[in-house]
Amino acid sequence: MIAAHTPEQRPRDARLLIVDAFGRIRHSARDAFVGLLNPHDLAIANDAATLPASLHGRHAPSGAVVEVRLAGRASLDAADVHRFVAVVFGAGDFRTRTEDRRLPPKLAPGDRLELGPLSATVESLLDHPRLVSLRFDGAARDIWAGLARHGRPIQYAHVPAPLALWDVWTPIAATPVAFEPPSAGFVLDWASISAMHRRGVAFATLTLAAGISSTGDPDLDRRLPFDEPYQIPASTAAAIHEARRQGGRVVAIGTTVVRALEHAASGDGVQAGEGVANQRLGPASELRVVDAILSGTHEPDTSHYQLLRAFADDVTLADATAALEASGYRTHEFGDSVFVERRNRVVRQVAA
Amino acid sequence: MAHQLNERLDGVRIAITGGTSGLGLALVDELTRRGARVAFVARTRERVDEVAHGHPLAYGIVGDVAKKDDIYPIALQITAGLGGLDVLVNNASSLGPVPLALLADTDCEDLELALATNVLGPFRLTKALLGALAASAREGVPRRPAVVVNISSDAAVNAYPQWGAYSASKAALRHMTRIWDEELAPQGIHFLSLDPGDMDTPLHALAVPDADPSTLKRPEAAAREIADAIAAASLLDGAKSAREVEAVGVTP
Repeated sequence: MIAAHTPEQRPRDARLLIVDAFGRIRHSARDAFVGLLNPHDLAIANDAATLPASLHGRHAPSGAVVEVRLAGRASLDAADVHRFVAVVFGAGDFRTRTEDRRLPPKLAPGDRLELGPLSATVESLLDHPRLVSLRFDGAARDIWAGLARHGRPIQYAHVPAPLALWDVWTPIAATPVAFEPPSAGFVLDWASISAMHRRGVAFATLTLAAGISSTGDPDLDRRLPFDEPYQIPASTAAAIHEARRQGGRVVAIGTTVVRALEHAASGDGVQAGEGVANQRLGPASELRVVDAILSGTHEPDTSHYQLLRAFADDVTLADATAALEASGYRTHEFGDSVFVERRNRVVRQVAA
Repeated sequence: MAHQLNERLDGVRIAITGGTSGLGLALVDELTRRGARVAFVARTRERVDEVAHGHPLAYGIVGDVAKKDDIYPIALQITAGLGGLDVLVNNASSLGPVPLALLADTDCEDLELALATNVLGPFRLTKALLGALAASAREGVPRRPAVVVNISSDAAVNAYPQWGAYSASKAALRHMTRIWDEELAPQGIHFLSLDPGDMDTPLHALAVPDADPSTLKRPEAAAREIADAIAAASLLDGAKSAREVEAVGVTP
């Protein structure tokens, strides 16, 4: 597919490929997506705001220029902002494809990193020469101020212009915990949320610290997604219960929402509260909560595509991929979208 | 003021712009005293550190709402510092030309500064924080609306000579507040335009240097009224509108 290279969240010509529960494929304008939702359906989005998680600076022992991409944190707690999992790159920036980036200097525990107003120490290497646990110095408030001033959104070579936070925060972005934008949420604006209300479609959110999508290193990429802490509000768990009771569907806006909801699945709903999504969803996964997903278009070699295999069989997804290619859909975070209903839903209902 | 509610605001997450002087500083005092978790924003690091030192529970943020590039860093620090947001008070204001000038003598740059601080700043910051405010409205147990307070002025409705830049910007802010409220009240975000009256503040001293302070309202009194209005607005449901809170909340 063609990469979408302009950072426009809701291009007017954005398209949506729809795969229904019977594997039938059709095309739509994406801004008509609310029309796919029925009264009593519940749409759930990830309201994580995106951190400026790319930090340029120096590896103090060698003096070498590095880029540190923050990629994981143990919890969503804003006070717990000292320790991160991070991927370290050598000199250069997003304009170079991650696969072609220079390696960082040899990193060792105890090494100091000077990142603009921030300083950090490499605590340990995480079974890979470029993946580290690092710890920032200073009070939480100063770390937040330093990130806010010095950090830039993580981005990739397919978008040539430098991104600002307003490019990557979805309209519903709330607390800053994601390392890359939960970009399926770019489809939302306040008019579409109002339209859902008018249509009798419920809308709820959860927060999941969406991690990085690519490192350019095959060994590391195989380990993606990293563990992602999430929080499901009690009101969202209640809304799922209500949608089920009314016969509505649970529609996830984005793979991160599927990941959180399926991790928290419990009984005929979800457990509210905090958790850490560490599972890999794929063809063998049984979806217990989510009935349909609105997501970006994904290439077959990505973890996002693996997750779609929980919704539709491989023949259907191959047809969908062929249709995306044939019709010139755009991919990556600012690209077009797919709406995939979980297969066999009708059969399940009959069986129930 | 018809009644003093002095209601507690325990645990309510409130952000205030222009929080190191005048009404903003009085609001930091009043709201922290009522138990709110407060983040405040101001332009100069020294003043932010000073006020933070005097209010160990308040979260100080350095930034200028008139600067587009400062808005997201401010929003990021507010939502991180408070773990979300229930109430935003857009208080930071610019007079425009100092000393005040006839509109015909006002430099375009001074009008632009008034609009940047009093209209664009609140618009941008509110927009950047709408996700957090909407989450607060959806997720509160019990359910409680989120509130945005925009600090207005009688100059927003009356045509006082020499107050043109300030006046026009506050009129725009006041009307924008109404439209935000119409559009977002159904999603549980209420917008109030509150006029605190003529107060003894640095801004007023810039505008009217020879005013007798004893004839002016104390900012502490206005802060109490605004805190009461926030408490009343956070109890709003479908039965009562933000307009009614504006009417009772603050002395015109």
